[in-house]
Amino acid sequence: MAKSKPVAAEVTQDNSLYNKKPWLTRARPYLIIAPSLLITIGILVPFVSAIFYSLTNYSFRSPNWKFIGLDNWINALTSPEYWHAIWVTIQYAAATTISEMLLGLGIAILLSRETRFTKILRVVLIFPLMIAPVIATLIWQLMTNNSVGIIEKFLNLFNIYNFTWSSSPKTALFTAALIDFWVYAPFVIVLILAGIQSLPKSPFEASRIDGGSAWFTFKNLTLPMLKPFLYIALIFRLMAAMQEFAIIFALTKGGPGDTLMNLSVTAYNTGFAFMKFGKSLPYILTLWLIINIISKRLVANWQKVMKQASGNS
Amino acid sequence: MFSENQSLLSRLIQNLLLIIYSIFALFPLFWMALITFKSDLQMFNTTFFFTPTLENYKAVLIGTDYIKTFIDNVIVSGGAVLVSVLAGVPAAYALARFNFKYKEDLAFTILSFKFAPEILVILPLFMIYQKLHLYDTYLGLIWVYQLITMPLLIWVVRGYFEDISVEVEQAAELDGYPWYSVFWKILLPLIKPGLVASALLAFIFAWNSFTFSLQLSGFNIQTVTVASLRYIASDTVHYGQMAVAATIAALPEVILALLIQKHLVRGLSFGAVKG
Repeated sequence: MAKSKPVAAEVTQDNSLYNKKPWLTRARPYLIIAPSLLITIGILVPFVSAIFYSLTNYSFRSPNWKFIGLDNWINALTSPEYWHAIWVTIQYAAATTISEMLLGLGIAILLSRETRFTKILRVVLIFPLMIAPVIATLIWQLMTNNSVGIIEKFLNLFNIYNFTWSSSPKTALFTAALIDFWVYAPFVIVLILAGIQSLPKSPFEASRIDGGSAWFTFKNLTLPMLKPFLYIALIFRLMAAMQEFAIIFALTKGGPGDTLMNLSVTAYNTGFAFMKFGKSLPYILTLWLIINIISKRLVANWQKVMKQASGNS
Repeated sequence: MFSENQSLLSRLIQNLLLIIYSIFALFPLFWMALITFKSDLQMFNTTFFFTPTLENYKAVLIGTDYIKTFIDNVIVSGGAVLVSVLAGVPAAYALARFNFKYKEDLAFTILSFKFAPEILVILPLFMIYQKLHLYDTYLGLIWVYQLITMPLLIWVVRGYFEDISVEVEQAAELDGYPWYSVFWKILLPLIKPGLVASALLAFIFAWNSFTFSLQLSGFNIQTVTVASLRYIASDTVHYGQMAVAATIAALPEVILALLIQKHLVRGLSFGAVKG
């Protein structure tokens, strides 16, 4: 993806543009990119101001604010809320990413056989992924509703009544992760499936002729060759799961109590519900920092794996 | 990749597992659509067999401002995609074809917008938008939605440009076309299917987004996702109406998803996986 193309196009253009000044030719790519950058760069303004305001006691309620140094940061770092939010973020990200990756890989393998049944499933199984997480949460709340939900009726057959779902601290994380899995497992599935379909046939035939067991083939051939695809799925899912907001907010707004208060939800609640803008920023800047470090790491690994994969073939 | 002469039993088990997952993935959608036709009373005492009614649709479409919300969502998402296409496609072309300093840095900067926590964006933006009078306006939402649609379009479309052999362009240039004509008359038609699919996927993502419109719009403009919160939060017993709201919000996306199937993997992975 990051490989640079030959500059042939550039060279021929230099000939055809002989009547223009060379600096214009050199500036051209920047000029073409400028509009898109200027439009998105809006985000950098808020980001820089976020760091600045995290050092103030700014509140949406009163126009008066002053510089208070590192107080917000110290208060956050010494509060149990902060560490709880980090712990919830980790739990949620781990529960969703691990389940989606493992089961996604399994389902992708099952779908990789060419039958009429799998061909139809490959089309329809992406539907949940296309549905807004908030709408998905709405659907699952209807499904699990204790008076009309179809799942409740189903569980009643097994003598289970009034399963608590999102209303009890014991089952809230499970419920949120279940919805996350419902929405995003297809993402992992389609990516890995595309990977499986792109694998060369000959190593697998060789392995079969040599009498390699299914497990041996999977562990020593399939898995290593799928690595670049697994990495891409992992990067996208982990980054999104660590900052998940929509599902948790729509489900319980972070409750019951503080059970589902991850960094995103805590920052939102502090900033908007309690109007303490300055106080909320350390939470979200922490999240940004964590995401940045992990994503850099994973992208570097992915590029290494890509090189290995292309070196082998 | 797996041998086709597996035993009958192993095939049976594999299909069974697939069926279980398919029920898990698809039944909620079926059930959601089903109960939109149930009256409030039947919701409690029937399961699959009931007398269908259109009461819920009437209540939501006529009784509330849901249609206006739906149109707002189309304007904001469509506008966001349009701006991203106009500004992003030339940028994608430049990133694919020209060699220049800081090229990859610029490309990754654009990509990093996608991974920035949305809450980090809206906290300061909430304040800035109120000062600039962009709060609760179409323009304001379309602008912030660029963070969703622009990185996607630039990265995916860049890949489509890279797929086209440089010789195609060179031939056109030898015929005397300036670079912008080459871009417009030769390259764009070649990438059109990919471009349309990416734009539609960007539309789906914008349509689904929730956090930005939750805080940066209010009474004037409401998106479908935010409006649906109303149904979750209130202790309503009108479950049929909840289902109608969800069904109407989900329907366009399911249809769009069917249209872009072939390009989906590429779009979802921002061009990293060329499915």
